Amino acid sequence: MKMKLATVALGALMAAGPALADLTFPSLSYRTGPYAASGIPFADGYADYFTLLNERDGGIGGVKANVLECETGYNTEKGVECYESTKGQGALVYQPLSTGITYQLIPKATADGIAIHSMGYGRTSAKNGDVFSHVFNYPANYWDGASGAVNYLLESNGGDIKGKKIALVYHNSAYGKEPIRTLEELSKKHGFELSTLPVDHPGQEQKSQWLQIRRDKPDFVLMWGWGVMNQVAVQEAANIRFPMENFIGIWWSGSENDVLPAGDAANGYKALTFHNVGTDFPLFDDLQKYVIDAGKAAGAGDQVGTVLYNRGLYAAMLAAEAAKKAQEISGKADITAADMRDGMEALEMTEAKMAELGLPNFGPAFSVSCSNHGGDALVGVTQWDAASKTWSLISDFKPTDSEVIGALIEEDSNAYATENNISPRCN
Amino acid sequence: MFYREAGDFKTSYQADSQTFPIKFDRYRYYVVLAIAFGIIPFVINDYWANALLLPFLIYAIAAIGLNILVGYCGQVSLGTGGFMAVGAYACYKLMTAFPEVSMFIHVILAGGITAAVGVLFGLPSLRIKGFYLAVATLAAQFFLVWLFNRVPWFYNYSASGQINAPERDTFGIIITGPNAPAWATYLFCLIFLTACALIARNLTRGTMGRTWMAIRDMDIAAEIIGVNPLKAKMTAFAVSSFFIGISGALFFALYLGAVEVGEAFGIQKSFLVLFMVIIGGLGSIFGSFAGAAFLVLLPVVLKVVGADMLGWPTDIVAHLQLVIVGGLIIVFLIMEPHGLAQLWRVAKEKLRLWPFPH
Repeated sequence: MKMKLATVALGALMAAGPALADLTFPSLSYRTGPYAASGIPFADGYADYFTLLNERDGGIGGVKANVLECETGYNTEKGVECYESTKGQGALVYQPLSTGITYQLIPKATADGIAIHSMGYGRTSAKNGDVFSHVFNYPANYWDGASGAVNYLLESNGGDIKGKKIALVYHNSAYGKEPIRTLEELSKKHGFELSTLPVDHPGQEQKSQWLQIRRDKPDFVLMWGWGVMNQVAVQEAANIRFPMENFIGIWWSGSENDVLPAGDAANGYKALTFHNVGTDFPLFDDLQKYVIDAGKAAGAGDQVGTVLYNRGLYAAMLAAEAAKKAQEISGKADITAADMRDGMEALEMTEAKMAELGLPNFGPAFSVSCSNHGGDALVGVTQWDAASKTWSLISDFKPTDSEVIGALIEEDSNAYATENNISPRCN
Repeated sequence: MFYREAGDFKTSYQADSQTFPIKFDRYRYYVVLAIAFGIIPFVINDYWANALLLPFLIYAIAAIGLNILVGYCGQVSLGTGGFMAVGAYACYKLMTAFPEVSMFIHVILAGGITAAVGVLFGLPSLRIKGFYLAVATLAAQFFLVWLFNRVPWFYNYSASGQINAPERDTFGIIITGPNAPAWATYLFCLIFLTACALIARNLTRGTMGRTWMAIRDMDIAAEIIGVNPLKAKMTAFAVSSFFIGISGALFFALYLGAVEVGEAFGIQKSFLVLFMVIIGGLGSIFGSFAGAAFLVLLPVVLKVVGADMLGWPTDIVAHLQLVIVGGLIIVFLIMEPHGLAQLWRVAKEKLRLWPFPH
């Protein structure tokens, strides 16, 4: 440990010198607190991908990437401190990994001209780039998640879920409340009955919610949980013998940490996703060679290949691709935050591009435009196999109900625009 | 040496009972005010304002408020977070309903609304005391947070239940929102803190403060000598909640900008402010400042030294921070149960005699 501390300290001192010429990617991570189990793998994946780029390719377009890590503990006050302390160091894009911090940073970062990439979280209506000029939430958002879950249920029930009962167990915060409006709309459209069960932070106490589920016997349970709440919910569902295959979590409720504590009882639990799982991709060989075997992995280095690690890696990959795009547009290697924003807006991920990066079919193909900051909203479903302790993709990335979601996004973003006097900037 | 009191005569009662009777203290106070108002606004940047000074100023207001209730009137309260939430949501509703009104008025009105709510939840204090009152205020904490989460009217029916501070100004200067300059938000909070501290100081040494202290020291004896416990306790709750409401409004509108009630105003906030009061010193205005500074600045200093300068892994620094802050709290409580204010008092007494203590 001491050795490691010393090397890290030395590394930081050396990095501090030429840091100005680097491409800075702040990582507002949380390795402590009640959400640490979810925060650590994401932060490791995010850092490792940039380490790989630096070691293998000498950075992005010849410029080294520098990941500035700042511990938020999932706490908004610390998030402010982190944002203020890193923004002066040439930060290109923020990934707060917290809906609360994202909400707070949306106006601030927009005023400072720095982009936010809230990948699969944050304010859903930020998809409307017409209003939210500096916020991106590609490739999918919460409302896509809600619709994706309903679509999956439709598909697996022969296209008809009229009269079925769906319960939503959610983290009682901005994050958990996001899908309610979409689910309400969808329940009108498809005729299912929706009941909502809030769980208060941090979510260790869910007895009463699951008692209610036991009483009401909903056909399906959806969950918007995070951190310790997920494992408790899976355990409680197992306790009341709720059929796991009818229990679907959002992508933040679908990692190894969430299902392992319940053991075999968690078998069959499903979760949505917007990226692939496992390590069966060529890129992971490079990762092993240049980062892990070289002893340069972030954190303890034991998270490689977990769902959230892959998500951090995916976020870093999208950031790096956007940076490349920005270098291409601006014609210079040392891009600024404004160039980065333009790069994100022009980002296009194709199958061929991902295959070239060594991540074939790792995420959905999508493109970003001025008015669409949310990508093409393709959502897949994964399922947990308790025997082999692996997640597997059981339903490929499929489109969501853009008609319902589009109208809601329009409504919510317009409300924000009038509240803050923003005029549409795209056409 | 430091304090030269020779020749510093008081010729009137007024001069004798002023806040800083020693000339040196008084001049130091003026210098601090001059620096705070005259120099810092010109050199401040976003980092200093948002990471250090705003939270310090705002928590100091909350600590003064709680100190009035706990330190001066002896009524233990764990409802601070809930009352700050009342201030924040009142301010939000006022800001969105009356956009053209100055932020000064909104913040003061938010304080007033919180005072009314505080009095309501203070009513049980007439019957219950000590730990039981703490539990009753704890109920207020949970009820208020639940209320703001539950009733969509409070957050203007937004999809996520978050409240966001829109851009508002006072005298044409933008105070809230992302475009507010650092010096303006800083000065705005500083003005409120200065006013609150002056009001608190003058209330606590007047009749009202004396009745509070009489109730704190022994309520039955106080009642016998003619203190009306209803009035004393209710005024303490009202004044305390007024300050806490102001701090909640500033916390939301100027500092965070977007707030989610359970996360920002949960039970941890109540404890944090209570710790500030206890570490700073119960029954001391200076103690409120010292406690707020201690608990706001120390984590940031540890983070800057550990993670930014020494380059340690962020999780180790975060854990060390908990250990160090926790350890220091224990050390303080053992070595000086009356808090930083008492340390300061002792140091001052020593300095007055130094270098000839006999």
